[in-house]
Amino acid sequence: MGTQLEINRRTDTASQAPPPKKKKGSERDRREAVQGMTFMLPTIIILVTFTLLPIAYSLFLSFTRVNLFGGIDFQWVGFENYINAWNDDRVWTALKNTFRYALFVVPIQTAIALLMAAVLNSGIRFQNTFRTIYFLPTLTSSSALTMIFMFLFSLNGPINNVLVSLGLLDAPVNFINETDFALTTIMVMNIWSTVPFFMTIYLAGLQDIPSSLYEAASLDGANAWQKLMKITVPNLTPVTNYVLLMGIIGCFQLFDQAYIISGGTGGPNNATLTFSLIIYQYAFKTIGTMGYASALAIILTIIIFTVSMIARKLNKEESNY
Amino acid sequence: MKKKKWPRIVMYVILVSYALVTLYPFLWAVLASFKPYSEIVAGGLTLWPENPTLANFEHIFTEDPLFPRWIMNSFLIATLGTIVNVIFNTMAGYSLARLRFPGRNYLFLLILAVMMVPGQILLIPNYLIMRSLGILDTYSALIIPGAINFSYIFLMRQFFINFPREVEEAAQVDGLNRFQTFWRIVFPMARASVATQAVFVFLGFWNEFLKPLLYITSPEKYTLTLGLQSFQSQNATQWNYIMAASVVSIIPIIILYIMLNKYFMQGLRIGGDK
Repeated sequence: MGTQLEINRRTDTASQAPPPKKKKGSERDRREAVQGMTFMLPTIIILVTFTLLPIAYSLFLSFTRVNLFGGIDFQWVGFENYINAWNDDRVWTALKNTFRYALFVVPIQTAIALLMAAVLNSGIRFQNTFRTIYFLPTLTSSSALTMIFMFLFSLNGPINNVLVSLGLLDAPVNFINETDFALTTIMVMNIWSTVPFFMTIYLAGLQDIPSSLYEAASLDGANAWQKLMKITVPNLTPVTNYVLLMGIIGCFQLFDQAYIISGGTGGPNNATLTFSLIIYQYAFKTIGTMGYASALAIILTIIIFTVSMIARKLNKEESNY
Repeated sequence: MKKKKWPRIVMYVILVSYALVTLYPFLWAVLASFKPYSEIVAGGLTLWPENPTLANFEHIFTEDPLFPRWIMNSFLIATLGTIVNVIFNTMAGYSLARLRFPGRNYLFLLILAVMMVPGQILLIPNYLIMRSLGILDTYSALIIPGAINFSYIFLMRQFFINFPREVEEAAQVDGLNRFQTFWRIVFPMARASVATQAVFVFLGFWNEFLKPLLYITSPEKYTLTLGLQSFQSQNATQWNYIMAASVVSIIPIIILYIMLNKYFMQGLRIGGDK
């Protein structure tokens, strides 16, 4: 680099032709590059230490057996962890729970989010007041929300009282300790707490649809239903794909609520065992299975990437119209 | 123009009903925190406490040995975490938008790529890395790996790309160097975007559950979210205490939300545009 500068300088003085600006410019470029990298330095250090290195490390760990006794000891085991995952009943239970959860939660939360966004976008007054209220659950920590729902669904809680007084239940049910109800409680809570976020995304999508489309349709005599089906829904397809994708990814990442409700066990009877919870258990609760947990984390990442890729492909086909 | 009235009414009925659905659990939580234990176990559908009391709050603040400590921990971690994030993210965003240096575009693409990596894959290696750095079970374990946020670096870059160049040039004519220009001129002018990222970063730190669970083991270093969970597992069905503790954990966020509503709404719009 030094010789390069020297050459520049020499040609400058030799020919006299290029204005001194150029020489000054290259020095300024160099200074700007140093400043730019200085400004990036904290980001680069953290990016490398806590994101890039861990990705590689995680991949490595997934092929080893890890022993933590004072130091760290790795034993290369090849694909053993992945083979074990295939044969692990608890992994299949967690996958089954996750799919059950996603099949229930994703369509409902998407439908409610779309409905509420459409209502908010219909030119009503107090739009901001309603949005402010709706957003409360999204701001609240998962742990406080889970506490509140555990109370609502507890033996003496209001949900039991309502159901008993309506005659729908003979006696109060301990929802969070019942195999049949524990996951449902989490589903209800998560629909309730994630709708506002997706509603906001839909609202932005609705506001992006040019109003001229609706005006043109009105001139052609289209009614509200036809406008919804012919303009709103098709124009929102990319948004819907995004919402579905984020919803599905959210289901695979479900952890906090399942952990808190079951006290970390995934019980009763593995009813609240989610994929993320099982990774946590193998990594931090049982000894000598950290490598195995890393393999499960890699599998989870692959699942999430696959879902994303499918969604992206769908969106591309959509925009080919 | 003639407009039918009933669709409008239906709209408002839907809006108000959903607002009630949203508020109902919070209302129960807040009112339960003022109820004595006897009213909680009695069940019943009376939302309003018959004998309102502050005893639950008194209990968690004076008799629980660690609860006040957890509040302090959460405040400390969230505040420090927010400060470093705001500084680092803004610097990085500015650098990526405005300063030319070799490899800048690759770095930007790399940041976009790692934004898609799910957090689960990082948890175990980060545990081991922090273990060898000796920062497990310290506040640093929560602050340092979270000291930057790729989404907000991206946000700040977008902001600075549209930032008027004349401002910086004028500052340089006045004899300020790059760092002075950034701190005295550029950073203050970006305060709306800075405030938006600050509220969401603070919220993220305040509400985080998984990382404190993994990286903090001493109860006196717990954050409020983790403390709440351990408090619940100790007080099993003492819902009056648990609700009081939950309500206390939500209050700072609600205050922030009311005070800085403008920035929250702006942040949500950004989230919505993604």
